[in-house]
Amino acid sequence: MGNLFLPRFQGAALAVWRRNTLVWRKLMLPSIFINFGEPFLYLLGLGYGLGLFIGEMMHMPYLTFLASGILASSAMNTASFEAMFSVYTRMIPQKTYEAILTTPLEVQDILAGEMLWCATKCVVSGTAILIVAALLGAVHTWYALWVPLVLFLVGLCFSGMGLVMTAFAPGYDFFNYYVTLVLTPMFILSGVFYPVTSLPEALQIIVQILPLAHAVELIRPLVAGLPLGNVPLHLAVLVAYGAAGYFIAVRLTRRRLLV
Amino acid sequence: MSSVVQITGLRKQYNGREVVRGIDLNVSAGRCFGLLGPNGAGKTTTLRLLLGQSPVSGGEIRVFGLPIPQAGRAVRARTGVVPQADNLDPDFTVAENLRVYGRYFGIRLATLATRIAELLAFVGLTERADARIATLSGGMKRRLTIARALINDPELVVLDEPTTGLDPQVRHMIWGRLRDLRQAGKTLLLTTHYMEEAERLCDELVIMDQGRILEQGAPAALIKKHAEPEVIEVRGEEQLARQVLASSGEGRFEVVGDTYYYYTRDARAVVKRLEDMVGLTFLHRPSNLEDVFLKLTGRELRD
Repeated sequence: MGNLFLPRFQGAALAVWRRNTLVWRKLMLPSIFINFGEPFLYLLGLGYGLGLFIGEMMHMPYLTFLASGILASSAMNTASFEAMFSVYTRMIPQKTYEAILTTPLEVQDILAGEMLWCATKCVVSGTAILIVAALLGAVHTWYALWVPLVLFLVGLCFSGMGLVMTAFAPGYDFFNYYVTLVLTPMFILSGVFYPVTSLPEALQIIVQILPLAHAVELIRPLVAGLPLGNVPLHLAVLVAYGAAGYFIAVRLTRRRLLV
Repeated sequence: MSSVVQITGLRKQYNGREVVRGIDLNVSAGRCFGLLGPNGAGKTTTLRLLLGQSPVSGGEIRVFGLPIPQAGRAVRARTGVVPQADNLDPDFTVAENLRVYGRYFGIRLATLATRIAELLAFVGLTERADARIATLSGGMKRRLTIARALINDPELVVLDEPTTGLDPQVRHMIWGRLRDLRQAGKTLLLTTHYMEEAERLCDELVIMDQGRILEQGAPAALIKKHAEPEVIEVRGEEQLARQVLASSGEGRFEVVGDTYYYYTRDARAVVKRLEDMVGLTFLHRPSNLEDVFLKLTGRELRD
């Protein structure tokens, strides 16, 4: 919605982003502990354990293959869960948005701020995974320093989608459908644990329509030190899902909150 | 006097049900204006429409001369809002709540620091600056919500039932603060169903019911217009009460539950007779806004 009457102050969305970082700072220690602990378990347990039997996959050690997949999928989870459970909490029971909507901010500012925050969280937790992976010797090139930037985009993409669910959700239970029917299948099928090419062809096509596979294909070469391919396509898919999610979520959330 | 809020022919429908049915309002600068009405009268809806938080079904709203909802941002930047239910941010302390909220207005941190100190002193919460929201009493939360509404130094303050559910000490403190704000030249627009509150605070008010405005004016003028100056409430033996009141000439009386209300210009004669009656208790008082309110909105329960 345009506004001719007030030069909207720079960073309306940033005020919401700032609010969330301030809350996060209070819980920083336990949160960072989890950020490091979980990938450590995954990579150590699955990477070394399975890696022992698998050896190489797609011309790279299995640990590297897995680490790059986990980087992408954990960004998906971080962004989705923040955009659903945490945003729902702020929207409905906690009435944080009700309070914000009495200030100059509008729904589109709030949701933009939430997406920026979700993406930031992905960068923080993803960087922790990257450090763990590097310590375990799974990172083969300095190009991996681009990964946080990709994770930011992955965060925007999945938070946009998550916000659409939140706009619909009558309660927390509703998110289980999305997790079970969308996120988990994507996690298992999108090339996190094994190459997409080993799936039946029909399934491959479906997987290519979904965003996670594209996130994996951007991140994996950056970690393994292999040539990147199809970058514009991968970026376009992530941007498209994120942007569509944002616009739909803004419409639905307006309808829900501005009654 | 310039007008801060101008509403003409405002309508609002929810799912085909009309909750605001064509109201006109004009709130002048520097006054305390009250929206009075039973539950479901459309008071809160009117406030939401006014702030651009709800699409209008018909009519026109201008605040500070700017059209709503188009100029919602600009209007809210100059307005303070105290919502009916507290929605303080539970993740933050008292002072942090004000700081974070101030940032939504784009106010600089240096400006906020001094303003927060002033506002906490204004509502008597200086000592609790670092307390978590969950540890505050209901009265403290309300005071903090009022402080929060003032963080942008608003010209207009909108309050939705500011003292509902609070104990008398807090209510009197809040009334005092609202009078201070009015003294400071701010325009106040409040909803309430406490007649006492409206009578004490408002320069002018409207009485609303079922989405319509029934009456408008200064509290004293409304009382003068709609109610006889004296009221006697009588309880006790029904027959006897009816007999005494019915035979007392010019006054009018109505029965509500176990009580007879007798409205009159001069109660002396009736009071004298009632004093001698065994089996009847009575209360003789000047008429107030509540008498006007009940006369206009009726006495049946609203849920």
